[in-house]
Amino acid sequence: MTELDLQKLGVRGVNSALHGLPEGANAQDWLISNPMGQHAIACGLDAPLKVTIDGHVGFYCGGMNQQAEITIQGHAGVGVAENMMSGQVRVKGSASDSAGATAHGGLLVIEGDASSRCGISMKGVDIVVGGSVGHMSGFMAQSGHLVVCGDASDALGDSIYEAIVFVRGKVAGLGADCIEKEMRPEHLVKLAELLDAADIDADPGSFRRYGSARTLYNFDIDNADAY
Amino acid sequence: MCGIVGLYLKDPNLQANLGALFAPMLIEMTDRGPDSAGFAIYRNPVDQHQTKFTLASDEPDTDWTSLGTALKNALNCQARLDVHGDHAVLVTDADPFATQAWLAETRPQIRVVGSGRSIEIFKQTGLPKDVVEQFKLVGAHGSHAIGHTRMATESAVTTAGSHPFATGLDLCLVHNGSLSNHNHLRRGLERSGIVFQTENDTEVAAGFMTMKLRQGLSLHAALEAGLVELDGFYTFCVGTADGFAVMRDPFGCKHAVLAETEGWVAMATEYRAIAHLPGADAAEIWEPEPHKIYTWGSAH
Repeated sequence: MTELDLQKLGVRGVNSALHGLPEGANAQDWLISNPMGQHAIACGLDAPLKVTIDGHVGFYCGGMNQQAEITIQGHAGVGVAENMMSGQVRVKGSASDSAGATAHGGLLVIEGDASSRCGISMKGVDIVVGGSVGHMSGFMAQSGHLVVCGDASDALGDSIYEAIVFVRGKVAGLGADCIEKEMRPEHLVKLAELLDAADIDADPGSFRRYGSARTLYNFDIDNADAY
Repeated sequence: MCGIVGLYLKDPNLQANLGALFAPMLIEMTDRGPDSAGFAIYRNPVDQHQTKFTLASDEPDTDWTSLGTALKNALNCQARLDVHGDHAVLVTDADPFATQAWLAETRPQIRVVGSGRSIEIFKQTGLPKDVVEQFKLVGAHGSHAIGHTRMATESAVTTAGSHPFATGLDLCLVHNGSLSNHNHLRRGLERSGIVFQTENDTEVAAGFMTMKLRQGLSLHAALEAGLVELDGFYTFCVGTADGFAVMRDPFGCKHAVLAETEGWVAMATEYRAIAHLPGADAAEIWEPEPHKIYTWGSAH
């Protein structure tokens, strides 16, 4: 494992070192030490690297990730793994708001709680939260899966498109056009697969499924006067 | 934008280092607020019969000594003045209302930025690091401190418009966000006798809390009333003589993070302001929930 000391190199130095690796480079395992809550750590990676960040991080950690497997050994600030395309980001602690915002692919695992707007406008990412999520999670979520092992706060899945939400605990309230849906066998299979990938031990049968009623985002002739 | 920070020491052994621990928190938030900075520090509580005022002057050649002498003669009282940059801390046994009235009448150019038994408030336009240096924050001791770095949106970049805002004894408040009903609230509070020095929205929030505390509410209950009546976006960090509180609006629009160890509780807009504190790595860290009041010390 190769160590990058963020206090010595700065965020730009650390990120440049990871961006500059030639394809197929031998050094694949990296440890970023002294993150000190700085923003944009390990952003824009595009190689099959294993990156461990030894501490708490600030905003947008692991943003735009492709291929890399990033583990944060602590708390993650706002917008962790935002716009991730592929790979994996794992937060060992909790995450602040807008985790996985607009992410297109890959897997985001938050072992603790995620704050408000988790998975806002997600476009294909799979997000597994070991704890609970804050209000307006899954807002305008377009595609992908949001799995919540704890509770969900108000307005879950407001204005949701085709993303699928699974919640094991209590849901304080559903947002506009979000409804509970039947848990069919294929959903149980997919949920088991996601929990397994996230390495979280939970019974898929104990979750409920939520998704779009599809009444909001389709044009309805009765609403023509509103435009 | 704006950055807010607060540090409440649970372990009295840390009190000698309050300033050294707190100054880097304020400086780390420079990117969020380079226009002005300020902090309130709770230290050296005065006797029951005394009041401590923090006074500020925009005139560099203010003769603080003659101010002290004139006050003593006018109100037949004791008065001690310690000068800190362009601020001075006045400790007097005169009636606090008489003191303020005397100041307003004879020294209208002097602003009272804080008053109480232990609070001292220092604020100035310019970069946080310069404000820290001017008021010698690093060497300061105390039990808790609250600070603000400002990127002005709702009112002008002036020392008077800098946070923290204090309108009542030992109470101060810093704010990240903007209030939308402050003019309406200000009119009501003024009718009830709260005096405002600026057009700033945050000063209204401080005045609101002062009014509620004067009515006999606890800090916690005053904040609960704030959740109902203050409209807008806010993350507040509030200090009283022996209490510390954090509150966010119902939508959680403005960033905030809390960290707690056995020795301290810290609040900041961003975690990086907390990262250097001893034991931060192992602290419990969480984002305070919207519409929820967090308090430490004597707040109930």
